Amino acid sequence: MTTMTAQTTQVYRLFIRATPEAIWDAITKSEFTTRYFFASRVEMSDGRRRAYGPNGELWGDSAILEEDAPRRLVHEWQGLYDPELAEEETSRVTWEIEPQDGGYCLLTLVHDRLEGAPKTAESVAGGWMLVLSGLKTLVETGEPLVG
Amino acid sequence: MDDDQVFKALADPTRRHLLDRLFERDGRTLTELESELEMTRFGVMKHLRVLEEAGLVVTRRQGREKLHHLNPVPIRLIHDRWIDKYRERTVSALVDLKKTLEETG
Repeated sequence: MTTMTAQTTQVYRLFIRATPEAIWDAITKSEFTTRYFFASRVEMSDGRRRAYGPNGELWGDSAILEEDAPRRLVHEWQGLYDPELAEEETSRVTWEIEPQDGGYCLLTLVHDRLEGAPKTAESVAGGWMLVLSGLKTLVETGEPLVG
Repeated sequence: MDDDQVFKALADPTRRHLLDRLFERDGRTLTELESELEMTRFGVMKHLRVLEEAGLVVTRRQGREKLHHLNPVPIRLIHDRWIDKYRERTVSALVDLKKTLEETG
């Protein structure tokens, strides 16, 4: 039995040549997220992280668990962009920004607590990769990744 | 975490095997990984350290255990930088070949 199942803790890590503040803004402000995060408008207010699609449809509305700008952001995750994913249990996303030498930061994204959300786990596995390489390109060059 | 380190890390069959094991099931301890390889604990540790330095493996503590996770980002970045570019050229070469064959055929 070697059926491939998506991981219930997913870890993504990359170096980005930018300040922690610039990366934090790219993660938390809609003027940036629209340019690399599947065109979604991310808004953080009232202890919640909301994401809207290009036509204003609600793609995500989850509680912020920790917010320590510009170093650490933890929020819940539930994909409302697909009814099958919206039915699954809530999972958790942690963003960590660690400054390094030479003007670089190490960005680590951990998406865990996916045990009750197998379809979400599968859906985000490829998605985070695109989002993170797009974020890197945008922050480093000021231009969105051309797909 | 530069390209050189990633290529060096990938240029070894044991390390590629370790990555494949983690691809199948992530978040494993050294003991688990060691049990699947005919190699000493020290040897496995050494390979894991090279993978970690290249950013291909990220370790996280969970309670008393140190879990090894596959970080797919460096491979993706190499893919974007080194593979996509050449793949497009191959595809367009095949398209040209098809056109030529159809025109002459």
